[in-house]
Amino acid sequence: MSERVLEVDGVSKQYRLGMIGGGTLHDDLNSWFARVRGKEDPNVKIGKEHLAVNQKFWALKDVSFNVDRGDAVALLGRNGAGKSTMLKLISRITAPTEGEIRIRGRVASLLEIGTGFHPELSGRDNIYLNGAILGMNRAETTRKLKEIMEFSEIEPFIDTPVKRYSSGMYVKLAFAVAAHLDPDVMICDEVLAVGDLAFQQKCLTKMSEIARSGRAVLYVSHNMRTVSQLCNRGLYLDGGHLTYDGTVERAMELYGGSSARSVQRNLDEVPRTKDRGDTMRMLSIQFENTQALEYEMDSSMQFTLTCVSHIAEPRLRLRLILQNSIATPIAMTQTEPFEVAAEETFTRRIKFPLDGVAPGEYIIKLSLVSGTPRGRTNYYDTIVDVSRFVIVDDPAVNSGFIWSERLWGNERLKPLEME
Amino acid sequence: MDDTRKRAGWDTVIRPRKGWFDIDFKGLVRYRDLILLMVKRNFTVLYKQTILGPAWVVIQPLLTTLVFTVVFGNLAGLPTDGVPKFLFYMAGNIMWHFFAQCLTVTSETFTKNSKLFGKVYFPRLVMPFATVLTEMINFAVQFALFIVFVAIYAAKPDSGVHPNWQLILLTPLMLLQLGVLGLGFGIIISALTTKYRDLAMLVSFGVHLWMYGTPVTYSTSMIADKFPQLLGVYMLNPITPIIELFRAAYLGVPRYSYGYNLLSVGVTAFVFLLGVVLFSRTEKTFMDTV
Repeated sequence: MSERVLEVDGVSKQYRLGMIGGGTLHDDLNSWFARVRGKEDPNVKIGKEHLAVNQKFWALKDVSFNVDRGDAVALLGRNGAGKSTMLKLISRITAPTEGEIRIRGRVASLLEIGTGFHPELSGRDNIYLNGAILGMNRAETTRKLKEIMEFSEIEPFIDTPVKRYSSGMYVKLAFAVAAHLDPDVMICDEVLAVGDLAFQQKCLTKMSEIARSGRAVLYVSHNMRTVSQLCNRGLYLDGGHLTYDGTVERAMELYGGSSARSVQRNLDEVPRTKDRGDTMRMLSIQFENTQALEYEMDSSMQFTLTCVSHIAEPRLRLRLILQNSIATPIAMTQTEPFEVAAEETFTRRIKFPLDGVAPGEYIIKLSLVSGTPRGRTNYYDTIVDVSRFVIVDDPAVNSGFIWSERLWGNERLKPLEME
Repeated sequence: MDDTRKRAGWDTVIRPRKGWFDIDFKGLVRYRDLILLMVKRNFTVLYKQTILGPAWVVIQPLLTTLVFTVVFGNLAGLPTDGVPKFLFYMAGNIMWHFFAQCLTVTSETFTKNSKLFGKVYFPRLVMPFATVLTEMINFAVQFALFIVFVAIYAAKPDSGVHPNWQLILLTPLMLLQLGVLGLGFGIIISALTTKYRDLAMLVSFGVHLWMYGTPVTYSTSMIADKFPQLLGVYMLNPITPIIELFRAAYLGVPRYSYGYNLLSVGVTAFVFLLGVVLFSRTEKTFMDTV
C-alpha cells in the first residue's frame, strides 16, 4: 500500500510587486509622511503605474496535490509559472500566505549546487556541515561517508578545500550528500545541468532508485529527456495554478505546447548579445507541416524566416547550428549566399534535411552572416535558442536498435560496408 | 479540532506566518550537531590564511588593555578602585569585548546568511547560538590569560587584589547572562535589519558609544562620587552590574547592591524573549524582503 509523504493543501503565495518598503527607515517615513499630507509618494518610481506599487501578485493560487511513496513527480511549467516558489515553500524557505503543507519524514532539497558549502573547508568537513544542514547528525554522516565519497568520485580530493574544486566536482559532492541522506522526499531543481552527462545519468539512476525504494522525488527541469527518464507522474503549473496532475507524458505535452516548441515564433523580441541584430534582424519564424516539432528520422524540416535588413549585403547567408539538448554544438549547415537590399524585409523558405541526425532533442541556433571565401565571417544577427525540436526514435530504421544518445552521440553514420 | 486531526501523524506542517509565539525550539535541539559544526566552521574560517592564527584571540585584548592602561590610567590618571590598572582594564575589556562581539555578529545573521537561508531550511536560531558559543570559546582563552595575570598580581604583597571566592563561583552565570544579553540585542537588530538597513549602520558605532556608558575604561565609583543622584539611572545599563560584579569577584573592588544585578537579569530575560519572538516571526518570510 502506498503511503502519503507530502500533502499540499490549498496553498497560495502572494508577493507584493514593486519595492517592499523603501529599504531604509528614512524612505518609509518619507512615504508615510507624504501620504499623511495627501501628497504623492516621493518614492514611487516615475513612469510606473501607481498600481504597480503594493499591487498584489499571486505566485501560486490554491494549489493542492499529494505525493505518495514511490512517486517521482515532475513539476513542469514555463518560467514564472510558480515551480520554484512551490519548491521554496515545501523546503520551508519561506512561508505560504494561505494553505498548509504537511510532510512525513525528512525533506532534502537541492535547490542550488553546494548550498552551505564553505569554500575554505575541505570536502570532508563540508560533507559533515552539509549533512547537518540537511538534518543528519554526526553519526549518520560518518556511516554514510564512504558511500558519499564513492558516489561523488572525488575521494582523492576529500581533504582539499572545496574552493579548489571545479564546478562539476562541486555538484557531484553536493548531490551525493543530499542523495545519501535517506530523505523521504527529495527535491531537485535543475541542478544537474552542471555535471557532465555521465554524472547526470548517474544522478538520475540514483533518484530513480530513491523513488523505487519507497521514497519520493520531486523534480523540476526544462530538460525533457531527464524528465521522461526519471518521472512517473507529472504536474503542470500555469500562472500559479495547477492545471494538470497526471501522467508525465501528458504534462510534457502541455509543456511542449506552451513553450519554445511552438510552431510560429516571434524572434524580434528575443534578447540578443552585444551588437547583434542592429543592422539586420530576424523577425519571425514559422515551422511548416508540423504541430509539435517532432520529426521522423531522415525526414526534413521546413521553415519560413522573415528578416529585415537596414543595409545592402550582396553575400548574405543563413547559418544553422545544430545543438544537442544541453546546447552543445553538434553540426553546422548554411545556405548559398543571396543578395539583400537596404531597408528590405525579406522572407525565405528553408529546407533543413535531417539525414544522419540521431534521435533525440535538439536546439536550433540561427545566424545571419556574410562570409568571404577567405574565411572572414561577419555576424549580423544571432539567436541562440530559436527552437527546440525532437527527432523521434524509430527502431525499424536503426535495424532494431533503440538509439542510445549517451553512448553513441548525435550523428548517425551510414551502415558499415562489409566485403 | 478538525485542524489538529488533519495534522495528526505528520512530522512537519508548514503554515502561513501566524501569531507571535510560533517558535521551533524542538528543531533547535534536533539540530544541535549543526550548532557545533558551525562553531567549528567559524574557527576554521577565521584563522585560515593568517600567520599568527588563534594567537589573535589574546593579542587583541592585550593590546587594547595596554592602550587603555596608558591612555585612561596613566595619561588621564583615572582612579581604578585601588587595584592595578592593567588588571582593572583587562577585566572590563574582556567582558565588554565578549558582549560586543555577540551583539555585532548575531546582528548580521539574516543579512550575512541570506544566500544560505534562501536555499535550505534549518532553524535559523542555529546561527546566533553558534556565534555565541564561538565567542564563549574566545572568551575562555582570554579569561585564562586574565587568571594568569590575576595570580601574578595577587601573589605580590600589597597589590590590592583580593579575589572573592564566593562571587567567583558566579562566573558561569555572569558569562551566561552576558552572552544571552548580546544574543538578545543582536537578534532583535538582525530581525529589524531585514527591512531597515539603517540599524546596521547604527550597530558599529552604537556599540562603541555604549562602551563609554559602561564602566570599561573607568570605574562606577567615579560616577557614584561625582553624580550620586544619577547612579540609579547609570545602573539601568544591564551590562554595568555584570562588569562590576566580575571585578568585585576577581579583583575585590567594592560591590554594589545585588538589586541592580536582579534588575539586569530581568532586562536580559525580557530582551532575550523579545528577540526570539521577533526573530522567529521574521525567519518565516524574510526571504521575500531581503
